[in-house]
Amino acid sequence: MNFDPQRREFLKGATAVSTMTLAPGVMLYARAPDEPVTGAVRWGMLIDTRLCQEDCHACVDACNTEHNLQDLGRPETDAQWIRKLNVRDPLTERSVSMPMMCQHCEHPPCEDVCPTGASFRRADGIVLVDKHTCIGCRYCMMACPYKARSFIHENLDEQLPHAPRGKGCVESCTLCVHRQDDNDHTTACADACQSDGHKANLFGDLNDSNSEISQRIREFGATQFRADLRLNTGVRYQGLF
Amino acid sequence: MRLSSLVLPALMLMASTSAQADAPKPVLPEPLGERCVEPTEVMRARHWEFILHQRDETVHRGIRTTKHSLKNCLECHVRANEAGEYPRASSPEHYCSACHIYAGVRIDCFECHADRPHAAYDALEHHGRLRTEDVKRPEEPQP
Repeated sequence: MNFDPQRREFLKGATAVSTMTLAPGVMLYARAPDEPVTGAVRWGMLIDTRLCQEDCHACVDACNTEHNLQDLGRPETDAQWIRKLNVRDPLTERSVSMPMMCQHCEHPPCEDVCPTGASFRRADGIVLVDKHTCIGCRYCMMACPYKARSFIHENLDEQLPHAPRGKGCVESCTLCVHRQDDNDHTTACADACQSDGHKANLFGDLNDSNSEISQRIREFGATQFRADLRLNTGVRYQGLF
Repeated sequence: MRLSSLVLPALMLMASTSAQADAPKPVLPEPLGERCVEPTEVMRARHWEFILHQRDETVHRGIRTTKHSLKNCLECHVRANEAGEYPRASSPEHYCSACHIYAGVRIDCFECHADRPHAAYDALEHHGRLRTEDVKRPEEPQP
C-alpha cells in the first residue's frame, strides 16, 4: 500500500465537518472514525475498455498484494477478487479486455439469497460479506451473475491487519473498504492502473456530480454489465460494444 | 456427627484455597501503554463483549474507533521479544493465548484476523502474493 501518512493525518484533522472544500467546486468527502457510513456517497468505478490492454494485469496483481491473496497453486479454488476478461463480439469482431469483479450492485442478488444476512450492502454502496456470520453455504456465489466471489477452502496464514480472511467464508472485492474508512478514497486496482497500467480504471463517488467519475460518465456515457438484470451496478464500463 | 459436618467443609475450604494459591498462573507479557482502555477488572470480565460489539459496528457501519477494536488490543499487548520477533497466536507467549490456553477457552479470532501489531507487518518488504513454495500451511488442530 502506498499510503501517505501526512495526507491521512491532514484528512483526519479535517473531519470535524463531513465535507470540505479544496478548491472552488471541488468537495472532498471525509468522515470521522466514529461517524457511520451514509448514503451521501456511492462508491463506484469506471472502466474504460478502450484503454484496458489484454496483456496487462496490474490491477489483479495490486489487489492480490493489497489483500495478500495467496497463490496456493490451485487456480480452480484460489481466491480471485478481480479477473481479466477478454470478450469478442463475433458479428462486429470487436474484442475488448476488461477487469471483472464485484459490481457493487444497488440490489445485490448475493444479499437476497444469503440465509444469515452475512452478505449485505453498506450504506455507501459497498457490498461486503460479514465473515463473522457467513456459514460458507455459497448460495451467494451461485446467485452472483458476475462470478465475483471466492470461497476459502483452506487454512490461511499471514493475513494482513486490514484484510481479515479465513477458511470457510466467501469473500470478494471490498472496494478497498479499509482505505475508504481511512478517508483515502482510492483502491489498489485503480491506483495500479493509473501508475503501472493504462489509466483505464477510475474510482470515485457516483453521487457527487463534480467527481471525475461522474463527469466522465455524464460526458461519454457508460454501460452496466448485464444491465438487463437491473441491479444498478456501481462498476460501469465504457466502450464495451 | 455434628462436629464432622462442620469440620469437613472447613477442611475442604482450606484445601481449595491452598490449591488456588499453588496453582500456576498464566504469564502475561507486559503491555506497552500505561493503562488499558478500561479498568483491568472490567476487561477481564467483559473484553469479549467490547470486541463483539465493535466488530458489528465496524463491519456494518464503518465505524473505526480504536478504543475497543481488536487491532488496538494487539498494538499494546502483543510485544516483540529481544530478537524483535512477535509471538504468533498459537504460542503461549502471545498475550491472548497466554490466558486462553490457561483457561482452556479456544478462540478463533486469529484464524482470520492478524495476530500481531501493525509494526510486525511494516517490517515485511513483501506482503503480496506469496509464491507457492513460500506458503506455510498451518497444521490442522488435533481433536
